[in-house]
Amino acid sequence: MYRYDEYDQAVVDARVAEFRDQVERRLKNEISEEAFKPLRLMNGLYLQLHAYMLRVAIPYGTVDSRQMRMLAHIARRYDRGYGHFTTRQNIQYNWMKLEEMPDLLADLASVEMHAFQTSGNCIRNISSDQFAAAAADEIADPRPYAELLRQWSTLHPEFSFLPRKFKIAVTGSTIDRAAIKLHDIGLELVQNEAGEIGLKVLVGGGMGRTPMLGHVIREYLPVADYLSYMEAILRVYNRHGRRDNIYKARIKILVNDLGPAEFARQVEEEWALVKPLGLDPPPSELARIAAHFAPPVLDANAPVEIDLSNPDFANWVAVNTHPHKAPGYTIVTISLKAPGEIPGDASADQMDIIADLAQRYAGDEIRVTHAQNLVLPHVRRADLFDLWQVLVSAGLATANLDRASDIISCPGLDYCTLANARSIPIAQKLAVKLAPQEADLGELKIKVSGCINGCGHHHAGHIGILGVDRKGEENYQLLLGGSGAEDATLAKILGPGFDENGIVTAVEKVIDRYKTLRADPAERFLDTYRRVGAEPFKEAVYG
Amino acid sequence: MAEVYRLRADPEHTAPAVPLAEYQPGGTAVWLEAGDDARLLVPHLGALRRIDIAFPKFREGRGYSSARILREAGFTGEIRAVGVLYVDQLMFLTRAGFDAVLPETPIDPAVAEQTLKRFPFVYMKATDAVQPVWELRERA
Repeated sequence: MYRYDEYDQAVVDARVAEFRDQVERRLKNEISEEAFKPLRLMNGLYLQLHAYMLRVAIPYGTVDSRQMRMLAHIARRYDRGYGHFTTRQNIQYNWMKLEEMPDLLADLASVEMHAFQTSGNCIRNISSDQFAAAAADEIADPRPYAELLRQWSTLHPEFSFLPRKFKIAVTGSTIDRAAIKLHDIGLELVQNEAGEIGLKVLVGGGMGRTPMLGHVIREYLPVADYLSYMEAILRVYNRHGRRDNIYKARIKILVNDLGPAEFARQVEEEWALVKPLGLDPPPSELARIAAHFAPPVLDANAPVEIDLSNPDFANWVAVNTHPHKAPGYTIVTISLKAPGEIPGDASADQMDIIADLAQRYAGDEIRVTHAQNLVLPHVRRADLFDLWQVLVSAGLATANLDRASDIISCPGLDYCTLANARSIPIAQKLAVKLAPQEADLGELKIKVSGCINGCGHHHAGHIGILGVDRKGEENYQLLLGGSGAEDATLAKILGPGFDENGIVTAVEKVIDRYKTLRADPAERFLDTYRRVGAEPFKEAVYG
Repeated sequence: MAEVYRLRADPEHTAPAVPLAEYQPGGTAVWLEAGDDARLLVPHLGALRRIDIAFPKFREGRGYSSARILREAGFTGEIRAVGVLYVDQLMFLTRAGFDAVLPETPIDPAVAEQTLKRFPFVYMKATDAVQPVWELRERA
């Protein structure tokens, strides 16, 4: 794990002091709400329907037990005992008081955390693969590259007032768990013929109102030059991205308008100008950061075979663990999707328990996934049963990873000022309905957004649901066939929308039809849909 | 408009800034709209003494690129940010290459001084002489 040095700590401490000063000026009415708004947004503080909401950055989704305990403390001390893990691997608190924010940020800074740039038209939290450094399928740990990006983008003098927010994801694996094709910039670690690591660069992906998949603009970028190349991309975007219409301001629109080839040409032209300016740190800086991410010392003799005679335990192991690089180890996903609960929510007590488990069994690391679950990346298989028993007693042993009740949902109209419809209750109803048959259904990713901005990633759902406002009524559109993985596609709307109960029934009809159409029990819903197309499902729902 | 907040010691160059479209070679002061291409001025940087860049909205960010491009091209005269700007943006402005600000609401010099001293370290190179932390780490 990356640890702050004196420089990192000084920057975060200065930010706390700055915001303390800004809040004081606001509370004394020395600055207007209009002038204060962009300042609080740069610290992740939104004004929601009922209270302020604070979004805390979890860079590339990695925290240790000490940090998780602080997140629990914040939930108790400043919120109502809960936190909400988000699709950007961050955590949000929904019941904040402005006057308490400086103390809260100081608490965060005491464990090397912050809320820098979790909102605003700037470079947001850098996201990454939740299985980094543990997955058997990766070529290198992407997090050192993400950490260097975090530092480079923090308080960037040129790129803090972009046309719109800007999201970067980095992965070190060809199995894409970071949705790099759906980011403003997606970076994939690749090797050249000499075996040297470089970056494949994708630009212009995104969800929201105009979903698009990113385009590769460079197959191989040497690591030594990647920050200056990022400068070139961001400068082309900052200068030429649209600012006349907030819905056309993301980089995907610029890339689409210019065409990927012309956009790439402009980037290369700009890069030729900025590269000689010495903006790239020397290789020693990346090496310094990478040293922090040295893998934990693993037991080479850890047993592979374990007792799976308890059927519930065996089921949880089958569904919620992934192969680890090291034999005798596994990657555990802790589901925050118990059917009927709010997707991504964890209580302060649960966070403390997970912190304890990470410290005891998982190399003191916890990852937040973009699907709003938590991961313990380095667990001895021999420890799984003990760990599972603790999870069971904490209500955290739901065995539903990537299954029908593992639903991504945005906060929706229950909290969010932008929302047109509630999304949490839809996710809850669907999860309760579908959980009994989800083992039979296999991998099925359902994603719910409460407005067209798409924070619930509905376009990347095998089944996506989009809440809209239709003449003052909540209305839900049904989309099928999306994927945010390495086989990324955008889901398409099936037909006219439904009310709250209608959408649940419609999803059930889609699933019933899938069961009659699948070629064999192992064929995923997504693959069946891709094979047979939308028509049979249209007929099932509207026929 | 309030008073200009300047971070330069030399006397103010008070010639009126002409819009880019009307600029004639040899002119000493020019006005760039947010969307104007700063690179068009590169052949004229020897004659220019002041370049004003418009910030019609708080959200406007193109001027930061314009200023940086001008500094990267070697311009040493005044680059003035004009428009909807607040003291809290001073660090971004000065690091991008601005050394004067003419905001709509006045900047309190005491608050400005405190703001500019706020962050003891920076993470990236820009147009100023401040060393990024990776250089400080390298030296240590």
